[in-house]
Amino acid sequence: MTDQHILKAFDEDLRELSSRLAEMGGLAERLVADSVDALVKRDVLMAQRVIAADDQVDALQRDIEEKAILTITRRQPMAIDLREIVSALRIANDLERVGDLAKNTAKRVLALDGEYQAQKQLRGVKHMADMVLQRLKQVLDAYGARDAERAMDVWRRDGEVDAMYTSLFRELLTYMMEDPRHITLCIHLLFAAKNIERIGDHATNIAETIYYLVVGEVLTEERPKLDTTSITKVSLPR
Amino acid sequence: MDVMVHPIKTPGPASAAAAAAAPDSAKIIARSVNVYYGDKHALKDVSVDIPERAVTAFIGPSGCGKSTFLRCINRMNDTIPIARVTGEIRIDDLDIYDSSLDVVQLRARVGMVFQKPNPFPKSVYENVAYGPRIHGHARSKAELEEIVETSLKKAGLWEEVKDRLSDSGTGLSGGQQQRLCIARAIAVSPEVILMDEPCSALDPIATARIEELIDELRANYTIIIVTHSMQQAARVSQRTAFFHLGVLVEEGPTETIFTNPSDKRTLDYITGRFG
Repeated sequence: MTDQHILKAFDEDLRELSSRLAEMGGLAERLVADSVDALVKRDVLMAQRVIAADDQVDALQRDIEEKAILTITRRQPMAIDLREIVSALRIANDLERVGDLAKNTAKRVLALDGEYQAQKQLRGVKHMADMVLQRLKQVLDAYGARDAERAMDVWRRDGEVDAMYTSLFRELLTYMMEDPRHITLCIHLLFAAKNIERIGDHATNIAETIYYLVVGEVLTEERPKLDTTSITKVSLPR
Repeated sequence: MDVMVHPIKTPGPASAAAAAAAPDSAKIIARSVNVYYGDKHALKDVSVDIPERAVTAFIGPSGCGKSTFLRCINRMNDTIPIARVTGEIRIDDLDIYDSSLDVVQLRARVGMVFQKPNPFPKSVYENVAYGPRIHGHARSKAELEEIVETSLKKAGLWEEVKDRLSDSGTGLSGGQQQRLCIARAIAVSPEVILMDEPCSALDPIATARIEELIDELRANYTIIIVTHSMQQAARVSQRTAFFHLGVLVEEGPTETIFTNPSDKRTLDYITGRFG
């Protein structure tokens, strides 16, 4: 849909915007993967690389925003063209947040340096991260293909990530109760898990944006929510 | 270990957005209107309802039939010898193509403003007073003066010309001339005002004034505006009709036409993709 304008330069503007966003998506995806990798392997160097690379994501977001505003000013877009630009703005915002969350996870790797290592506890976080990464990848592919159905598939399954987060929350609480020496590690893992869960939410946001972009209507349905951590209680072991 | 997890109740899907409002009352009803210029079939089977006290915009590429259709509504096509109109157009319950209809009376009910401001080469006062005088709307000089003042006020021109009513209308600026033409149209108390690209010869400031005026006028008049500016149509109208190759392709709430039109031809046109 981004070609065939009478004004070729308009096509060029939209293509540019779209390709910048693809670049940003790829980068954000890599930061998430690397931050989790760094956490699992306790790789401080990798974590530092993630922290540094977040600047690039931020720069891309500013770049996309600037281009979008300029395109609106120049072309006064209508209908699908306007949705293209508004969607690019929204998705860039989500991806910027994804970058921040990955950076936050990476920072926790630095904080955990020298702390007690616990593969068992990490496994749950890793598993959740794999699931979220797969969602992020799928939603970015759906954006590339302007495929509302693939995007909605991600949207519908947001609850699974929430459910996994809730069970991880419970698990980590239990570890902390069992042995107070685990508290530092578990708190950091809990925040890392929260970061990952929120990355999942951003993937769901992006799915909603893709739906709006393709269909032309705002999704009014309530998204499936299964995050019940705010009301989860775990009692002390006797 | 006791684990209590309370599921949060998810509310059901929100009700779908309210259906786009259809025009509540149609002022003008057109059914199967065809226009031929000699052998050329310029307008093909147009049927549409134009809502009362609202602005309807006609958009489409040059030669698409939008001006032709506009000119059917006050029978301006009658002035073109080779033009032939079939079908039915009603304003309220009046069949405007009825052979017994007085076209002069019709044009008093259906005023028109053209692309180029065309004031008479007379004074500002005379430009506005002419219509009501020949239609016998004023019984006295004082009454006529009042009509002139009210019309100029409604057209947002009074403050600028009240001290120069005897100056020539052609000496005003382009934007003022156009507002003078609107005042002239209003002076005979029309119900419908047709505007054929009323701003295309004006600068952006004069255009903004006219658009502001159109927005005020719609409280009392049924307005149809033909425009080549999509932004203008989006700004001033409540409903938009898209014409292409003599066919009315799509008509609906302006918001829908410019954000999510249902016909591909409309989408291609408004997004600048027409080959």
